[in-house]
Amino acid sequence: MPSSLAKIQAEFQFALLDPERPVPAGVVGPGGMADARRFAIHRNTIMIGLVEALEQRFPVTRRLVGEEFFRAMARAYAAVNMPRSPLMMHYGDEIPAFVAVFAPARSVPYLADVAALELAWSRAYHAPEAVPLGTDTIRSVLPAALIRSTLTTHPSLHRLRSPYPIGSIWRMHQDETDVEALEDWVGEDLLVLRPHAEVTVHILPPGGHAFVGALAGGESIAAAADAAIEEDGRFDLGHSLIDLFRVGGVTRIEPGNENKGAT
Amino acid sequence: MPPRAGVGLKPVHYRTILDEGPDVGFFEIHAENYMGAGGPPHRYLEAIRSEYPISLHGVGLSIGSAAPLDRDHLMRLKDLVDRYQPGLFSEHLAWSSHSPVHMNDLLPLPYTEETLLHVARHVDEVQSALRCRVLLENPSTYVTFARSPIPEPDFLAALVRHTGCGLLLDVNNVYVSAINHGYDEFAYIDAIPVEHVGEVHLAGHSPSHDTAGRTLLIDTHGSAVSDNVWSLYAYALRRLGPVPTLIEWDNDVPPWEDLSAEAERAETYLRQARPRHGAEVGDAVVAG
Repeated sequence: MPSSLAKIQAEFQFALLDPERPVPAGVVGPGGMADARRFAIHRNTIMIGLVEALEQRFPVTRRLVGEEFFRAMARAYAAVNMPRSPLMMHYGDEIPAFVAVFAPARSVPYLADVAALELAWSRAYHAPEAVPLGTDTIRSVLPAALIRSTLTTHPSLHRLRSPYPIGSIWRMHQDETDVEALEDWVGEDLLVLRPHAEVTVHILPPGGHAFVGALAGGESIAAAADAAIEEDGRFDLGHSLIDLFRVGGVTRIEPGNENKGAT
Repeated sequence: MPPRAGVGLKPVHYRTILDEGPDVGFFEIHAENYMGAGGPPHRYLEAIRSEYPISLHGVGLSIGSAAPLDRDHLMRLKDLVDRYQPGLFSEHLAWSSHSPVHMNDLLPLPYTEETLLHVARHVDEVQSALRCRVLLENPSTYVTFARSPIPEPDFLAALVRHTGCGLLLDVNNVYVSAINHGYDEFAYIDAIPVEHVGEVHLAGHSPSHDTAGRTLLIDTHGSAVSDNVWSLYAYALRRLGPVPTLIEWDNDVPPWEDLSAEAERAETYLRQARPRHGAEVGDAVVAG
């Protein structure tokens, strides 16, 4: 049987989450009278806190649509996505999916993808620490073994793909200054990671998205290169591999076994 | 933990603190902001922890929930206590979660025997998991319950007796609740078992009104400490003696100079406070 405290809290929460409901019975102000404005303080505090958490996590998304629009969108999100955890740093994981189907945002078709970039940024920001390997590591592995090697990618590493130039848009909106129109309106593949103290965002070259994805999935460098070429014939293995080390995307290299995969 | 003034640690001040090394008694962190796996928050906190005492203030454990405590969250707190060795750990006499939703607000409790036994069980559980004393903070409230027969200071005193926990006396919360419910804030301070108060909080509030047009103060933490709260603090210190005192300023965070000026003002009061008879400096702290 639920305790009376459990019942009181269930009714309190039920009324908090539905502004149409009256103040729960037994919840009073001075003189023992229910007072809607007093109870509404809690509704407001909750909503303000959730909107602020989203504003902190999605600052560029907010800049792209303006404060008023973003706050209305955030309130609409919060109304159907209350937190399940006390960790506000993780609140808003479903924002990109929400923005993608939020009808009033349809005129900004790249908004959901920019939100996805900010989500990746925030996950990279809080990701575990790991020391990346330098490019000199590549030279320490014999070329024949290198191609069969597998890599451990940095725990903060995320890939994104968008039909819009979201990396360039994101970069141009880091502050409130006026921005010029982008010269090339083309899709971008991005790599987001935090190799040291700062989160960095890189635009991937052709085939890079498939290459990094295959490596992160445990494929050898040779197999990852095959996947990359299949995705885009312009893929350049040497450059892509060195770049991945240069941006701090690799924490471990496991030299390949000569016999592995041999028939 | 020194009986000095500290301030809430805010990311916008990380660089200033590390570059200038201001003379501040301690920094308080909201535990939930440091529960990520890694990254800049931990890097900055480690650097600041190596120079200053830290107090750990939880805002999300929901000790007053009728439901069982979130064990995962308790373990995350334990990891922080082990890693940063805070001089003080505090949480709220409030609830925030009713499964599965976390409401991200500190909600009021009816003060009954049932609630008392329930909260005491949770405090026991927290203290045994963290192996340190919890300071429970008095809440700021806007509504109360028709059936809430135990006065708040008595409820807090009973929790101290049942669990051996300490108290975090939030003087702004005392003032806000006293105005909101029409009781005497000085009598509230008189009723608090001062020998168990391990820390004081000071913060700003903002005025509003209820449906009946009565003044309603909102605990916003978004402005300087009001003169009425400074007066009540001075009154409390006459009973408490010098106690670690935190300036909380969580919204519309001001430039470092304004925040440290508030801490300096608290230090002025602390320097004038006479030690409570029989008290030893730092006796509220039982860690490890």
